[in-house]
Amino acid sequence: MSQALVQVSNLSIGYHNKRGKLVYVLKNINLTIQPGETVGLVGESGSGKSTLGQAMLGYLRAGSKVKEGGVDFAGHNMFALNDRQLESIRGGEIALIPQNAGKSLTPTIRVGGQIIETLLYKTKHTKETARKRMLELIAQVRLPHPDVIAQRYPHELSGGQQQRVAVAMALAGEPKMLVLDEPTTGLDVTTQAHILELLRDIVSKSGTAMMYISHDMGVIARVSDRVVIMYAGEIVEDSAAKEIFNAPAHPYARGLLESIPRLSLNGIPNSMPGQPPIPGTLPGCSFAPRCKFATDKCASEAPQPEKIPNTARMIRCHHWQEVIAADFSQELKQVFHTVQHKTQDKSAIELENVRITYHQSDWLDRLQKKPQPPATVDDITLNIRRGETMALVGESGSGKSTIVRALSGLLGTQGGSMKFLYENLNLKVDDRPLELCRRIQLVFQNPDASLNPRHMVAEILDQPLKLYFPAMTRDERRARQVALLERVRLDSRYRLRYPGQLSGGEKQRIAIARAFAAEPEVVLCDEVTSALDVSVQAAVLDLLAELQQEKKTTYIVIAHDLAVVKAIADRVAVLYQGRLCEVGAVNEIYAPPFHPYTETLLGAVLEPDPDTQPKLLANDTPELAPPAQGCPFQRRCPHHLGDICNTVTPPWQSSKDAPEHKIRCHIQLDELEAKQKAVMSE
Amino acid sequence: MIENTDSKGVMKRRSPLLETWDNLRRSWGGMIGLALILAHFFIAIISPAIVPHDPLEMDSKNRSELPSWEHPFGTDKLGRDVFSRTLVGGRVSIAVTLAATLLALTWGGLAGILLGFLGGWVDEVAMRVVDALLAIPWLLVLLIIVSTFGTDAWIQALTFGFTYGYTIIRVARAATLDYVTHDFILAARARGERKSTVVLKELLPNVRDVLMVDGAMNWSWMLLGFSSLSFLGFGVPPPTPDWGYMIAVNREILATQPWSVFGPVLMLSTLIIGINLFADAFAKAMGLDRSQGAPI
Repeated sequence: MSQALVQVSNLSIGYHNKRGKLVYVLKNINLTIQPGETVGLVGESGSGKSTLGQAMLGYLRAGSKVKEGGVDFAGHNMFALNDRQLESIRGGEIALIPQNAGKSLTPTIRVGGQIIETLLYKTKHTKETARKRMLELIAQVRLPHPDVIAQRYPHELSGGQQQRVAVAMALAGEPKMLVLDEPTTGLDVTTQAHILELLRDIVSKSGTAMMYISHDMGVIARVSDRVVIMYAGEIVEDSAAKEIFNAPAHPYARGLLESIPRLSLNGIPNSMPGQPPIPGTLPGCSFAPRCKFATDKCASEAPQPEKIPNTARMIRCHHWQEVIAADFSQELKQVFHTVQHKTQDKSAIELENVRITYHQSDWLDRLQKKPQPPATVDDITLNIRRGETMALVGESGSGKSTIVRALSGLLGTQGGSMKFLYENLNLKVDDRPLELCRRIQLVFQNPDASLNPRHMVAEILDQPLKLYFPAMTRDERRARQVALLERVRLDSRYRLRYPGQLSGGEKQRIAIARAFAAEPEVVLCDEVTSALDVSVQAAVLDLLAELQQEKKTTYIVIAHDLAVVKAIADRVAVLYQGRLCEVGAVNEIYAPPFHPYTETLLGAVLEPDPDTQPKLLANDTPELAPPAQGCPFQRRCPHHLGDICNTVTPPWQSSKDAPEHKIRCHIQLDELEAKQKAVMSE
Repeated sequence: MIENTDSKGVMKRRSPLLETWDNLRRSWGGMIGLALILAHFFIAIISPAIVPHDPLEMDSKNRSELPSWEHPFGTDKLGRDVFSRTLVGGRVSIAVTLAATLLALTWGGLAGILLGFLGGWVDEVAMRVVDALLAIPWLLVLLIIVSTFGTDAWIQALTFGFTYGYTIIRVARAATLDYVTHDFILAARARGERKSTVVLKELLPNVRDVLMVDGAMNWSWMLLGFSSLSFLGFGVPPPTPDWGYMIAVNREILATQPWSVFGPVLMLSTLIIGINLFADAFAKAMGLDRSQGAPI
């Protein structure tokens, strides 16, 4: 195929470790990308997907070497070029958009200037024409007021805006190929959905080829024509998007797709046990130890890439016929399961008109009688029942973490009251009795940061035991540690490991075990699965649900992923700019009528299904501070009524058949429901 | 990706210290440095037993002698054997500076971690005091203290331990600030752990690496400082042999008998170079590279 844009042939990349042993990162990769094609590259962390993305630009991480094969891009052998030749291709014919655009933009040059620089350097534009083109580019990525944005420094833009500037900069060189490495990870769901729509649009108009690297199957489903799945440094499946999402042929692809929580199905999905090996260390198939289709042949003989007859699908599996023969949509329905637990009617935690602000007015402000800015979190009244899972949902800046920090006593409140049974939670942690601290425990988002890297697992689990149960002897504590590890399904040998020797999922299990060592009644979970690979996410959700069933724990869960919330929550509270919008049971929240903000959030969810598409608002930009009066959502609301929304705080409404389901909106609920049903059936 | 796994795919137990030693072993500079330091320790310990002459014995018949089999580095003005004095001359400085380093690390390190953890006005005030102290030239501070309180070895150790401690405060505080916002500190606070537990059990083990490297660097500066004081006549009282003092005294006969200065200079510089090589490699082995923005 001479017209192929990118031809990766038999590429193997590896590095020598400290002991001088060769460790492969990529092994025998063959991949062809045609001009204008959009290819999604998926895999767990460590699968080599970023290395492959960088190899397309002829880039290798320090210490890595090409052991075999090469990359051919538009007639250039990327690993044979010298630095100057590479420089002229990169950023021009082929461009990379990295994950964190904020860090890849120069902080001291205005964004307009940075784009002009690319234009002058990579295209034939002169100083006069470059300025005009720069404004066109900024307008093309749909940033409002291009001339204003161009004058801004990167730190003056939001994360989503920075990412748009990065896209504009990549487009400035008129590339034939864009490599995107998780460009929307870390952005809010609505921002992410908008950027993906923008990319789809640009790529289809300009005929640029695109390789989109992500771990998020929903994102991949939205942007790719073709999907390439990597496992342990190898490509295991390469198929059209529709084929892979509807009938995955590789057991790994199937496992990945079965492990993602979905809005369309209830409960917790299946998890994939085990973790990937180091590339090239197993004699047979790398996936065999985790595969339910595996036979003796798989353990001894490595499968070679095969073409599925009459299709363009490439597959690396001995048993693909069997895999593809099993009906995927049927199986998908079977793997989703729920763990039953009992909720009592008694309330555990009561919040009343809670108000938290980070602003501290100094004496100068007070002297000038400056009005206080609106509080970060205000007017939160919420009742959490014993044994239930309450999810707090919202974009970044919605105040969900702030509320959890206040509940755990790390932050003080400026108004209202928080109670746990009869105990006062308004006290900060230093003033709380130790017994109260024990009963409320916290699990953090990122287990890398929440476990002390210098402590062995035994010490980590010992801390709460020593603190809360001083009467325990050394041997009793050791026995408890082993029991806790067993409970989170880890071997007792893990006691002697350091966090650096554990995988992400294992670390999060340890963090959960540490919280449960205190025998808490309430556990606050701050985005506990968002830093984990999808394959282990479901296992952690399962574990939390089982622990709740067993210990009758109350959970307060923060999450931005609405599919995860649907899988585990009993009730949901939707927050916008630190104000409550909607509270209700999980099935009530996910069906109309919902608050216009909930509608916006649900519309932006990307399901791992190429046939669904998000329902986005035409002009939707997140804001940084709540408005001074009226409805907090007034500026983004798709059903904005007029003046009343801007001036009067909306009332709580609930329907007769669901009195527990409350929506804070000026629009009558029947009217809202009718409008939303109309939008959904479009 | 995970390395160091056994046949069942279960990871072997490896402590961070073992890991550091493993990295250190692979560094030429680090091993040379370590060898130099150990050689100096060895000489300092056994030298009284092996010196060919009593380092204090004055031989009025053989003053300012040239090197010979009898006196490899010759003799000084008072007829003392320079070679013997050179071997023994490091005992006091090594002992004093080593004790001072431990002292400085302990108080400076703990104070720095505590300030970084507490923050607020306590930190603000304490750091301005430290800034003020740092503004005074170090040699002047040393001279003032030593000339007021005397030159006994234990006073020297306290003096060095105190004055070098406040440079360590800054380093310890900066390293602590990197960790106080980490979730594991928040987790400990939310658990209701006491402040002393957070400082000693959570922060100290993380700041320890930076402190050890900074301690090694401080040790070499203290050696230089001690020799400077000694050179100026504020060191260990004579006739106890000391490198700095020997350089000062034998300087007068430098033109005719360079070997009498050469010995102590060689000893002092090999020790300092050794410490520096070791500290560099040690920092790299622990993943704190001084050339790559570690807080040193």
